[in-house]
Amino acid sequence: MMVLGQTSQLVDWDWIGRNIDQIADRTWQHLSLTAVSVGIGLVISLALAIVALRWRWSYTPITWVTGLLYTIPSLALFALLVPVVGLNATNAVIALTSYTLLIIIRNLVAGIDSVPDAVLEAADGMGYTRRARFWRMEVPLALPVIIAGLRIATVTTVGLVTVTAVLGLGGYGYFILRGLNTFFWTQILVGVVLSVALATVLDIGFLVMQRALSPWARRAR
Amino acid sequence: MAGDPMIRLENVKKVFPGSSRAAVTDLSLDIGRGECVTLIGPSGCGKTTTLKMINRIIEPTSGRIEIDGRDAMAIPAHELRRSIGYVIQQIGLFPHRTIAQNIGTVPALVGWDQARIDERVAELVEIVGLDAEMMARYPSELSGGQQQRAGVARALAADPPVLLMDEPFGAVDPIVRKRLQHEFHDLQGRLGKTVVFVTHDVDEAILLGDRMAILNIGGIIEQYDIPEKILAEPASDFVERFLGGERGLKRLALLPINEADLEHGPFVDVSTTPAEAHRVMEQHGVDWLGLLDDERLLGWVDGDLVDSKPLRDLDPRPFLVTLDTESTLRSALDAVVTSHARVAVVVDDGIYRGMLDLESIAEGITE
Repeated sequence: MMVLGQTSQLVDWDWIGRNIDQIADRTWQHLSLTAVSVGIGLVISLALAIVALRWRWSYTPITWVTGLLYTIPSLALFALLVPVVGLNATNAVIALTSYTLLIIIRNLVAGIDSVPDAVLEAADGMGYTRRARFWRMEVPLALPVIIAGLRIATVTTVGLVTVTAVLGLGGYGYFILRGLNTFFWTQILVGVVLSVALATVLDIGFLVMQRALSPWARRAR
Repeated sequence: MAGDPMIRLENVKKVFPGSSRAAVTDLSLDIGRGECVTLIGPSGCGKTTTLKMINRIIEPTSGRIEIDGRDAMAIPAHELRRSIGYVIQQIGLFPHRTIAQNIGTVPALVGWDQARIDERVAELVEIVGLDAEMMARYPSELSGGQQQRAGVARALAADPPVLLMDEPFGAVDPIVRKRLQHEFHDLQGRLGKTVVFVTHDVDEAILLGDRMAILNIGGIIEQYDIPEKILAEPASDFVERFLGGERGLKRLALLPINEADLEHGPFVDVSTTPAEAHRVMEQHGVDWLGLLDDERLLGWVDGDLVDSKPLRDLDPRPFLVTLDTESTLRSALDAVVTSHARVAVVVDDGIYRGMLDLESIAEGITE
């Protein structure tokens, strides 16, 4: 636009063509940061949810702590972690993971709680052990709610990954930050559009997975 | 060992945590092999608690429960339960499994191979009166009545000797409930399971129970006997009040027609002369005549018509309600009050067997 030395058109297709390799690299970075964070988040959440389901009193403190983590502004959390782990991917993953916990745990517990008592009693009456009942009745029946939680956590994380640009990472966020610094609109737009597209693709992916894994819930409507 | 009970409860007590009163205070109950015992009583009488202690869905506080001579507490609960069929009011079909998978639950748990499970499931679907096409459906795609049929099939799957049923037909509409009750009655007659059946419906308890146990608050057995006996001789005011009105009618429903009580009545062969016909009507004090053709029941005619033409040429009117030899005195009574002639006519394969009137029904109940 009015910036020196830059083309005045909104999208510089040549720039995109020249930087296609870098866009691919950033796509991979964005995806892997998201996947690793949500993956670790799921594992930690599962452990905490099992604790919460086993000892009900622990659910309140668990949501309280993860809720507190959730309220810390992301930029601040990255900064707070710098003295501890440094300015690197570990820092990003710790922070991103901590944001997924509240969402995933809540949906895990809500999903398991949504299994009707009659189903549990029938399962007991048929002779399921506690463990078999959990994995073969409660978890499959909770799956639609659990996957809904993973969907929200994933979409949220895709957005937050862009902020890790301040750590020198950022996935598509790198383009946005660079673009802002140089007032280069093409770069900003590439970062924004691709990160929204990625979130949308993952969102739809989870929806498809949820439907595929719970055909019984779909036919029930 | 045939005389040993299949299920024996000995001084069983249950106090729920945080409750000062025992839900079941001190209950002892023997249930015979192949017997269907209905547990009935007001809410809070501990009937459901009692039932659920048998498969340890609820663990007794103290006392002893034996199933087929074995101490139920000495077996791991999940193993005990695999040998006991269990049907609950809310059915509790597994929503994420097809009807076939639901029915095959226990066989799969105890490790039958798939071919044997499939064969058994197909057999059960037939037994409980479901369509084979239901097998591939999910529970939410079935009506309440169909779901409960599937629930019964699931409980029967591994052919357990004992069946526990907790108000299984309580949630379906009255018409379907009646049908399910009668079907289950027939089924039980064929399968001969030992059944403990909890209900709050007196008629259901009477219909299905070989014996019924009437429980008062705290699991106190007020009376434990065959329904006929309980209806005829309620052991206490509580039982009498609990059985409610129409005790006589309920008893009639249990009593089959006794062929010895049948009278021939004013029924004559179509070859009878008018004079003889008049004599028969006079003898019975009626103004109508039942017509038979070589023992086959044709119907009845008005007394005034007897002289108009030979009996063979009259146009007899049919009895609207006829009974067969399997009918109960209650349906006989119903036939009496709805028929023109005030009699219940018993017919076996078209052959006239005799009739009952109000008086002979009343005699039947006092025997």
